[in-house]
Amino acid sequence: MEFALTEEQRLLQDSVSRFLESECPLDAVRKAAESGQTNSESVWSGLTDLGIHGVLIPEEYGGVGLGFLEACLVAEALGSAVAPIPFLGSSIMAPTALLNAGSDAQREAHLPRIVSGQAVFGVGVTEQIGRRETDGVKASDGKLSGKAMFVVDGSDADMLIIADDTGAMHLVDANAGGVTRQKLKTIDRTRSAAEVVLEAVTAEVLPGSSGDREPLRKTIDAGRLILAADCLGAAQTMIDKSVAYAKERKQFNRVIGSFQAVKHMCAEMASQLEPCRSLVWYAAHSVAAIPDEARLVTCHAKAHLAEVGRFVARTSTEVHGGMGFTDLLGLHYWFKRIGFDRQLLGAPELVRQEAAELQGWV
Amino acid sequence: MDLEYSEEHQSFREEVRQFISDHRDEAPGYAPRKPGVNVGITWQKLLIEHGYAARTIPKEYGGFGAEPDLLKSHIIAEEFARGKVTPGHNGDNRLVPTLLELATEEQKQMYIPPTIRGEMNWCQGYSEPGSGSDLASLSTRAHVDGDDFVINGQKIWTSGAKTADMIFCLVRTEPDAPKHQGISYLLFSMDNPGIDVRPMVQMTGDAHFNEVFFTDCRVPTSQIVGKRGEGWFVANATLKHERGGLGDPHAAEARFHEIVELMKQETIDGIRLMDHAVYRDRLLKLQARMLSMKYNGMRVLTHSARGEDAGLPRWIVKLQGCELNHQMASMAIDLMGELGILYDGSPYIRNSGMWQHRYMMDLGLIIGGGTAQIQKNMIGERALGLPKEPKAEGV
Repeated sequence: MEFALTEEQRLLQDSVSRFLESECPLDAVRKAAESGQTNSESVWSGLTDLGIHGVLIPEEYGGVGLGFLEACLVAEALGSAVAPIPFLGSSIMAPTALLNAGSDAQREAHLPRIVSGQAVFGVGVTEQIGRRETDGVKASDGKLSGKAMFVVDGSDADMLIIADDTGAMHLVDANAGGVTRQKLKTIDRTRSAAEVVLEAVTAEVLPGSSGDREPLRKTIDAGRLILAADCLGAAQTMIDKSVAYAKERKQFNRVIGSFQAVKHMCAEMASQLEPCRSLVWYAAHSVAAIPDEARLVTCHAKAHLAEVGRFVARTSTEVHGGMGFTDLLGLHYWFKRIGFDRQLLGAPELVRQEAAELQGWV
Repeated sequence: MDLEYSEEHQSFREEVRQFISDHRDEAPGYAPRKPGVNVGITWQKLLIEHGYAARTIPKEYGGFGAEPDLLKSHIIAEEFARGKVTPGHNGDNRLVPTLLELATEEQKQMYIPPTIRGEMNWCQGYSEPGSGSDLASLSTRAHVDGDDFVINGQKIWTSGAKTADMIFCLVRTEPDAPKHQGISYLLFSMDNPGIDVRPMVQMTGDAHFNEVFFTDCRVPTSQIVGKRGEGWFVANATLKHERGGLGDPHAAEARFHEIVELMKQETIDGIRLMDHAVYRDRLLKLQARMLSMKYNGMRVLTHSARGEDAGLPRWIVKLQGCELNHQMASMAIDLMGELGILYDGSPYIRNSGMWQHRYMMDLGLIIGGGTAQIQKNMIGERALGLPKEPKAEGV
């Protein structure tokens, strides 16, 4: 019984973190955000060199064929650095869709291009979780029509995977005629969520998802797990910054961290977040090792990290006092990243409702 | 990550299960009552013989004498809980490890064997009316007169003092030394003259705690563990053991399943509580916290089994575990609505008032064994490295 990371897993996370420390400091994040970039070229190509886009993709397609625990460790590092890259859609959800529902030809055509970073994929599944502004997308005679909202990494994408109203997923060239994409302005300027309007666009169904919702569910599960891990990383960084600030900032001739009011805020954040790490690890481990539990624990990871993330985001800002509220300090990038992670692919109440259904409680 | 147990541990688990199914009839609650037979003590004796109690305590002190193996201890605890039979004990989880580490050979021989057999019961004389969170400020004094310490003062919150045979007690023997260096750790009989025990009725209506008054209570100077003035450091070993025990994630999981059952049985206007979305959402929130603490416990166990300090995941167990238990009890009360105020054997009461009792008891556990605020100081200072509060003048 070993509930711990292996040496290799720690090294993987360290290498990604070190790379991001040098190539993706706050200045770089700010620069990308201010110029509207959600895919920083230097970060993307550096992560390509590290093999990160192939974390879930088997070696036969050029990937490194690791698992969800490794993917979560990468996501945690990306959240920690608020890295502006389309990892969630392109490196996680799209490969999950292709591996679970793609034909051999589709996998061979697309997975190697994901690994090499040549193609960025956006994934539109929001209407299959909860419809709001649109009834979504309909497929007929190999063509897609309708509107998909909050398409993950949609504005940076070369290719799209879009779920239709039956839960079947389709490959679409993002630049094809009849595709209109609009990047939605969100609180989190490090990530891309797009509105995609399709007018009789030629699409190629992922055959395994036709008449079987399971591949779509797996794609959503994968996205939720990675959002939870991203939130874990972002929230941990907010705690680290709070503790560092509380050790340095002086008032009344004392560092503020020596006041119990401030110390207890830090302790409460740490004590709520630390068990979340084990929750994310267990959820990620269960995908391959305990598949019967994976979906339920993933729902819990998504919803619980959203709640604890919100608490940490707010409390950390308060520990920083007025500075926490400024653009100058930049703490808000993490605050907003956590907010994005919470809402996308199902806000907590909705995800908990699914967790209840999975246990036969509804 | 590898959540499978090794072959050795799996076959150990089988042995434990076999033992429980073979001997269930001898356990307290299952065994027939016979005059003159204390089922608890015979059960404990059987468990020690098989290595399911006092497992790592050396044979020469009456234990089973196994090499420490945390996973095996964990398996024993899991299987006894699963089989719903009374588990064994290790005497007193705070005292016995301290004696093993710091007592003289003679003290070990005298106290450990009857303690682990369950024939000698102890209470802990630490807290005082003026010394709770700041325990080291305690003022119960012991001065030397001939071959005896003479003790005067008062302890409070002393669990089980009415029934205990013995007490392990902190007293100030060096009044002029700095507060942490003036304390000694004494062991003595509760039958000594000069001890007055007064039960304290708690908010639950039970009287588990007591005040203990010492008036010229004489204890031979040989009854000290460690040297004079070292008592604080002797006691810290036991505080560490006590904190480990509170906030146990297995208990939280069992309690969660009890709430699920409650929600399936109780109805409002004929509708099951489980079918009320608002209550269900609250249940799901608790489930996420419960699972997080369960997996956090597996992480701590992995580190401890390797002989490493788990750090932050261990520091938070008492704070978060006790809080979670209290939230579950709070929810159960709310699920029962008006029925949640019934108490003390009232008609219509559910589960014999178990949740009402827990709702109050759990608040006691949040306070006892280091209050939540003391826990946050420790997490802030020891795990996060934040500076201590500056000391007030003259303390």
